[in-house]
Amino acid sequence: MMEFLSSPASIRSDLPFGFWLHLLVFSIGIIALLLTSVIIFIWFERRLVGRFQLRLGPNRAGPIGIFQSVADVIKILTKEDIIPTRADKLLFWLAPIISFSPVVVTLAVVPVAGGALLADLNVGILFIMAMSSIISVGVFTAGFASYNKYSLLSSMRVVAQLVSYEIPLILSLVGVVMLTGSLSLDDMVNAQTIPFILLQPVGFFIFFIASLAEISRSPFDLLEADSELVAGYNIEYSGMKFATFYLTEYCEAIVLSAITATVFLGGWQGPWLPPIIWLLLKIGLVFSVIVWIRATLPRLRVDQVMGFAWKFLLPLAVLNILITGLFITLWPEAPAWINGSANLLLLVMYVLIRSRFFRPGGTSVGAS
Amino acid sequence: MTTQLNSENIATIIQKHISSSDYYFENNTVVVDPSQMITICQVLKTTPGIELDYLSSITAVDYLDYFELVYLFYSIVHNHCLTMKVRCPDKKNPSLPSITSLYNGANFQEREIYDLFGISFTSHPKLNRIFLWEGFHGHPLRKDYESDS
Amino acid sequence: MVILSERTMKVTHSTDSVFINLGPVHPSTHGVFRMRAHVDGEVITEIEPIFGYLHRGIEKLAEGKSYRQIIPLTDRLDYVSSMTNNLAYCMAVEKLAGIEVPERAVYIRVIMSELQRILSHLLGIGSFFNDMGTFFTPFFYMFVQKEKITDLLEMVSGQRLLYNYMRFGGVSHDLPDTFLPALNRFLREMPAEIDKYEHLLNENEIVLARSKNVGVISREMAINSSVSGPVLRATGVNWDIRKVDPYSYYDLFDFDVPVGTKGDCYDRYRVRIEELRQSLRILEQAISKLPAGRVLNPVPLRFRPPAGEAYSHVESNKGELGFHVISDGSDKPYRLHVRAPSLLNLSALREMLIGWKLADAIIIFGSIDICLGEVDR
Repeated sequence: MMEFLSSPASIRSDLPFGFWLHLLVFSIGIIALLLTSVIIFIWFERRLVGRFQLRLGPNRAGPIGIFQSVADVIKILTKEDIIPTRADKLLFWLAPIISFSPVVVTLAVVPVAGGALLADLNVGILFIMAMSSIISVGVFTAGFASYNKYSLLSSMRVVAQLVSYEIPLILSLVGVVMLTGSLSLDDMVNAQTIPFILLQPVGFFIFFIASLAEISRSPFDLLEADSELVAGYNIEYSGMKFATFYLTEYCEAIVLSAITATVFLGGWQGPWLPPIIWLLLKIGLVFSVIVWIRATLPRLRVDQVMGFAWKFLLPLAVLNILITGLFITLWPEAPAWINGSANLLLLVMYVLIRSRFFRPGGTSVGAS
Repeated sequence: MTTQLNSENIATIIQKHISSSDYYFENNTVVVDPSQMITICQVLKTTPGIELDYLSSITAVDYLDYFELVYLFYSIVHNHCLTMKVRCPDKKNPSLPSITSLYNGANFQEREIYDLFGISFTSHPKLNRIFLWEGFHGHPLRKDYESDS
Repeated sequence: MVILSERTMKVTHSTDSVFINLGPVHPSTHGVFRMRAHVDGEVITEIEPIFGYLHRGIEKLAEGKSYRQIIPLTDRLDYVSSMTNNLAYCMAVEKLAGIEVPERAVYIRVIMSELQRILSHLLGIGSFFNDMGTFFTPFFYMFVQKEKITDLLEMVSGQRLLYNYMRFGGVSHDLPDTFLPALNRFLREMPAEIDKYEHLLNENEIVLARSKNVGVISREMAINSSVSGPVLRATGVNWDIRKVDPYSYYDLFDFDVPVGTKGDCYDRYRVRIEELRQSLRILEQAISKLPAGRVLNPVPLRFRPPAGEAYSHVESNKGELGFHVISDGSDKPYRLHVRAPSLLNLSALREMLIGWKLADAIIIFGSIDICLGEVDR
């Protein structure tokens, strides 16, 4: 079974419809895995947040609350689907689909074992970034189609946040691409004899924070904030369409964890457990850190969020590319620990200098 | 310890500004004629040594012949206090000057008194009901208030 | 949409003022309170608070009840600090009628007031961080300690929220035997807990970004607006009724009054956290000095104080809480007026909110820490 999954080339050449079989198996596998893990991760997040807050979390529906998400899903599915009278019907219906589909598609290029992925694109990273940009189109469509000026304003704000954080996101991966020499995720995993988190801590730092902002999680979750008690972009949605938006948020978190685990933590590599189990463990680890951040930190104001992206993350990402490029050009055979320490030194010095000298009156960097 | 201000001291200060027919003392509180209220408040707020810069509370009481407002002032700097009373004999259309221009804290308290007693305050920035809804008839805390039910 | 700076927006765009309703139903735990805000872009240009959703006519109800029957009514004013309300009212009537309170009862009153202060501040600080978006985590941490205090207060009064404990001439019941050991246990654990909160929250970058220099009110504005309590002390004014006009033997206790410097939301939070520590100091001293003896000098159930008026104030958690009692010699008060600190703290709301962004409005409002029961009465 594992050889079947891990060597798709054999599927292609042996069977007459091998290519299509491969696509079918992987497509079903990805969708099934994603939807199941959303259910599990929603439960996991609620239990984990509960433990952070000195309480148990859901423990009534099922032995340790494992049927809580099922109960929530049933509740949402049985709600009435209301469409505002003057909403644009087609766009209203399309918006959740536009938001959700790119998230699933992104998983096509994440390897679950050596060489086992839906499509081994040689522009894997670029594909991921392109897909994640489509999500902002879905958000804007949702706000626009609702015919509600407050939800339109709110969706514009969210789109601004998403677009602003795309740039540090992409730039942070350039360092990794330079070290690997390829955009394909499969090659990146194979090139990680040492996990890239140690060689590119700056890249990991920027990527992680920027993707937190991309998925609108705390501390960047302006949408759920009290000031948005006027409206969010999905205020007019109910029933299955709202469930799709809710699903999108968790799927984005899982996909982001998967990409982080693949690019920075070594993907499916690891001793004596099947590769897919390692991948799932690493995804769980990154997701736990995301939940940890959510349980601990307050949220930032919108102008602080923008300032943080443009004034803090972007210069750091550019500096990262500079340092990594210098090392590769001038000293290509440098041992790994020198690469890693130089990168770490950059991060530490940048954060220290920015926070000590560019903090007007105690407010954080980026506050106007 | 917050000390009560001495009546004689206050009397000497107020005498310089208004005639003695407009105020008198009664158990350590100064009872003032409504028309001179703002002048006295201003004097008491700005005179060095007195400087009653903090308005603590305004209480309105409906004695059956007249309304009485009790003002309690403190001085943060000198830690003393003074009680001032103002009587409004007109029960049909009671009206008193507003001290919101001197003490911003009087804003809500005067609105409350207007809402519950019906006493209107001239030159109040925005005198409308504060607790009861617009369109409520009557002023509940008056002694002659009869509810509809 | 391109995000332009405020200045550029005024030059190239003309935006209409939008009027937005905040409340009366809040996602945060502040009660039914409505603010009508005129918003230009993101910046608040005018704000109008609308009260009255919780108006129960307590002052009018009090005119129809005997003095003793009003004590449970005062519980419902600031419902997170019932002991303090009871105390202020009982002190006013005792001043009016010249009733003496035995010494043990005075110390018990101090213990209850300070426990109530800790409880209310924990709740206020927890909600403040809730508004900021920490998703209940500091709130739940503080809740654990708050539950211990609620258990202590349940031991003495039998109630978890509205205690109805103080009486004219003392308190209604003496402390049970289990109270002092439990209180000592609480006092041993609490300082470490406060250290934990401060460690988590004081230097948090995002907390500083959201609350430092936000919602600033100047000293002069605060004094002019009759603000009291931690909001006033955060601006730098050293005015605590327990020090300037001591009652209940507070002049015999050794404690400090934390005073802020800038009058912003962060200073208010720091003042409240520091007051927790000072309350613990007072509690320790009160326990060590607690004498034996009676706890009540009883007065008749329907007693008639002499005609006259009296005003008595205490330093409650929200500010200066005062009761003005006017008696005409009968067994019911002629007029009872409550000087509500929360209502007067809101006098400065307009100055605190105008010019700030909508996202800050909830935080600034939360930092004032009002209780609607007191505002609306």
